[in-house]
Amino acid sequence: MAVETRRLTMGKAIAEAIAQEMERDPRVFVMGEDVGVYGGIFGATQGLYEKFGPERVMDTPISETGFIGAALGAALEGMRPIAELMFVDFFGVAMDQIYNHIAKIHYMSGGGFKVPVVIMTAIGGGYSDAAQHSQCLYGLFAHVPGLKIVVPSNAYDAKGLMIQAIRDDNPVMYFFHKGLMGLGWMTPQPSAMSEVPEEPYTIPFGKADVKRPGRDVTVVSVAMGVHRAMEAAEVLARDGIEVEVLDLRTLVPLDRDAIVESVKRTHRLLVVDEDYLSYGMSGEVAATVAERALDYLDAPVRRIAVPDVPIPYSRPLEQFVLPSADKIVAAVREMLGE
Amino acid sequence: MAVDRTTLLTMYRDMWTIRLFEDAMAAAYLEGKQPVFNIAAGPVPGEMHLAAGQEPVAVGVCAHLRREDAVAGTHRPHHFAIAKGMDLRRMAAEIFGKVTGLGRGKGGHMHLFDPETHFGCGGIVGAGIPHAVGAALAFKKQGRDNVAVAFFGDGAANQGAFHEGLNLAALWKLPVIFVVEDNAWAISVPKAKSTAIASNADRAAAYGIPGVYVGENDALAVYEAAGEAVARARRGEGPTLLEVKTDRYYGHFQGDPEVYRPKDEVPRLKANDPIDRLGRRILETGAGTQADLDAAREEARAKVDDAFRFARESPYPSPEEALMHVFAE
Ligand SMILES: Cc1ncc(C[n+]2csc(CCOP(=O)(O)OP(=O)(O)O)c2C)c(N)n1
Repeated sequence: MAVETRRLTMGKAIAEAIAQEMERDPRVFVMGEDVGVYGGIFGATQGLYEKFGPERVMDTPISETGFIGAALGAALEGMRPIAELMFVDFFGVAMDQIYNHIAKIHYMSGGGFKVPVVIMTAIGGGYSDAAQHSQCLYGLFAHVPGLKIVVPSNAYDAKGLMIQAIRDDNPVMYFFHKGLMGLGWMTPQPSAMSEVPEEPYTIPFGKADVKRPGRDVTVVSVAMGVHRAMEAAEVLARDGIEVEVLDLRTLVPLDRDAIVESVKRTHRLLVVDEDYLSYGMSGEVAATVAERALDYLDAPVRRIAVPDVPIPYSRPLEQFVLPSADKIVAAVREMLGE
Repeated sequence: MAVDRTTLLTMYRDMWTIRLFEDAMAAAYLEGKQPVFNIAAGPVPGEMHLAAGQEPVAVGVCAHLRREDAVAGTHRPHHFAIAKGMDLRRMAAEIFGKVTGLGRGKGGHMHLFDPETHFGCGGIVGAGIPHAVGAALAFKKQGRDNVAVAFFGDGAANQGAFHEGLNLAALWKLPVIFVVEDNAWAISVPKAKSTAIASNADRAAAYGIPGVYVGENDALAVYEAAGEAVARARRGEGPTLLEVKTDRYYGHFQGDPEVYRPKDEVPRLKANDPIDRLGRRILETGAGTQADLDAAREEARAKVDDAFRFARESPYPSPEEALMHVFAE
């Protein structure tokens, strides 16, 4: 029997995941700016308003402290809210609710309260939106104990990880990269589209995905970085260099075993991160390898990340600071002593 | 309030400068984005929020300001910047990402910072409100009779920063004028669906300060209300909250599909254009002739053309400049 396959954009996959969970569980509802009629500025809630109406898909005022704090309050009283923070860059206005309350109340109540909140938010630059609309910042949130951190790179993962996030009894921050959502108004990234089963499915957190096996260098990344790494791997393969690309998919929990196992085979580690360089994901991955596989390394660990500057507006400046396939290719060649 | 001829013609000219700048920017923004719209393409990439139709708020308030008075704008900042007297060349160059821009290409359209005109703005809704409060605090501490103005949208009035800022300014009796632009929309969300009361001016009562609602998109009505508020602030009598009904002609951003907006709304708004309206008043009151109006408009056009030419001809910053200016040296 022929199996019907569908290819979806990441935006559609996320919206479908939410819709299916809303059908299954009346406690799930969505709040955020422009999530209703507009369908979310990045399409993560497209079609939900038409299906579920304004009681369950709530456009909010521009009051992030208010509605993200309210998501917490509603969760404590038995609901399972999904709140959209339009761009992660706007975290500042709601940071206390996220960092001191959503992340910590389960712990501070000795396990008494559960906090099943999903905060989903847009990340990433590359289209000249400058310093207050282009950041990734997942490292900042991964740093505080108590938040699970999801960063999908493609439609299949996006759906399974979103359903997993909604069913999780813990707060989950779900970061989608704007450039991967399949928006008609952004530079297309066709490799982020994938076949997506119609029925609901989950992808467990903390399981990295080997996107491409290789023996020479392990490149670890998330989101857009995975696609850049795959492009670079393609180029390097022409010269017989085999790059292993590891998509972490979640930063908390982090699949440290997968990183260590891969590096033990390839003996080289390059981390590609669109977040800031210092005190972030790339450092954490490097530390894991230093702790558990240092003796296996044939070359110093390398990191390609935003070099600790705010994201500049002007195109040549921004391109200079963002990871790219070219930078990955050059770094890998250097690591191999070429 | 009697308004002198020079002020009227200056306001008229500045409204045209804003309008022509925004229309020219809309056209430049589309370059490289047709037939397929891609936000990253063309000489002006990124988000673009234009303020055509909203000129009265900016010019009506800024007509009362001095160079040393501080202004905090928003993500939709061009009209405020122009009305405050920002150098149009350096402003346009910034939006084109050029090294001759105000921020050497680092800031872009939403982040115009100008020590010369004491102007700042930004992409985080509501964030500028406390900045104006702080500028006013500085003026008070320094014994200057300068004032600070925070411009922001009706959507921003639902941020905590609005309420905290108003309370601080009222508590400390600071020379601030809070100006809400009620353009009816916050992206796709209409004011009635986001704000529990009809007029934000009524919220002033909660902080014991005057609140004034200007119900028309009219430069002279704004001028009058703002004149009172600025004078009060300069006299050391504390802050005022103004809300002005105004009209957004373009989408929230360029490329906005505007699925949420009735199709006939914009043509209806344009039928009551505020620039025409001020022009008619100037003619009716005899403050100026048609020739004066034409000359003002031509002056505006020449300035805008010159600024765009300058921006286009300027060089980009060298890529390594991305690493500069994280810290003061
Ligand atoms: C803290 C924050 N939340 C959300 C946004 C996204 N956003 C940008 S403009 C805007 C609407 C603003 O509406 P309003 O304040 O009325 O100003 P207008 O755009 O109508 O001029 C929103 C929600 C943002 N930039 N910052």
